Amino acid sequence: MKKSFLFISCEEAKHICDKSQYNEATGWERIKLAIRLSWCRVTKAYSNRNNKLTDVIEHAEVDCLKNDERNNIKQQFEKELAKHQ
Amino acid sequence: MANHQLNPNNWIDLYSDYLFNYTISRVNDRVIAQDLVSETFLAGLKSMGNFKGEASERTWLISILKRKIIDYYRKINSNKGKAEVRMTYNNDSESDGDWLEERVADPFDKTAEDNLENTELGNAIYDCLSKLPQKQAEVFKMKTILGYETETICNELDITASNLWVLIHRARTALADCMEENWF
Repeated sequence: MKKSFLFISCEEAKHICDKSQYNEATGWERIKLAIRLSWCRVTKAYSNRNNKLTDVIEHAEVDCLKNDERNNIKQQFEKELAKHQ
Repeated sequence: MANHQLNPNNWIDLYSDYLFNYTISRVNDRVIAQDLVSETFLAGLKSMGNFKGEASERTWLISILKRKIIDYYRKINSNKGKAEVRMTYNNDSESDGDWLEERVADPFDKTAEDNLENTELGNAIYDCLSKLPQKQAEVFKMKTILGYETETICNELDITASNLWVLIHRARTALADCMEENWF
């Protein structure tokens, strides 16, 4: 079946919605998402929840270790742990 | 009654990000925060004998970390340090060994309501993240919290961009469900 030029599936809309949370959706993708959002309640509900999650995470200002930072801590700890076991 | 047990083999995987997030918001320096987290794990290992099992493993580690942060501020003797010492250590006469679990619920730890809410929100996010499969949590943290480019994550974890977005989608859906249950 030929893929629609303007209309997208709910799954594709969710995928674009995920990408747009990280500003990685293209302008054209955003237009297609906006069209879908105008009539699809499922996509709209998903988008609202997704936006809310992004807001909450930004608001909380959470941080975490980078992989190499965690590995350094792990190496140090495992040396000490080996002495205890 | 002692319900909780310590399993140091899993500490880094389970708690390093949580402790780091707790520390970075208090010291504002990545390197110092890493040092303090590392020292906390080592101190935990040394004082495992003092653990009574009344608090959870994570809470117990946080109580050690709090002490480490206070010691850090004492050492640098900054104004902020003096203020924190006054706020959290108003009676210093306790014997060693007992302070750890007693210090867990410190009513003077935070004063600003917003900060407290942010801390609780951060905790709720980490609680939900800990329920995700490891790969999903890892990708989500790299993308959302550390702000890495898609390509960087794909190279580091050896996955395709499609895989990444599937993992992100699953993680976001599960997180939204969990946060809805516990926070929204």
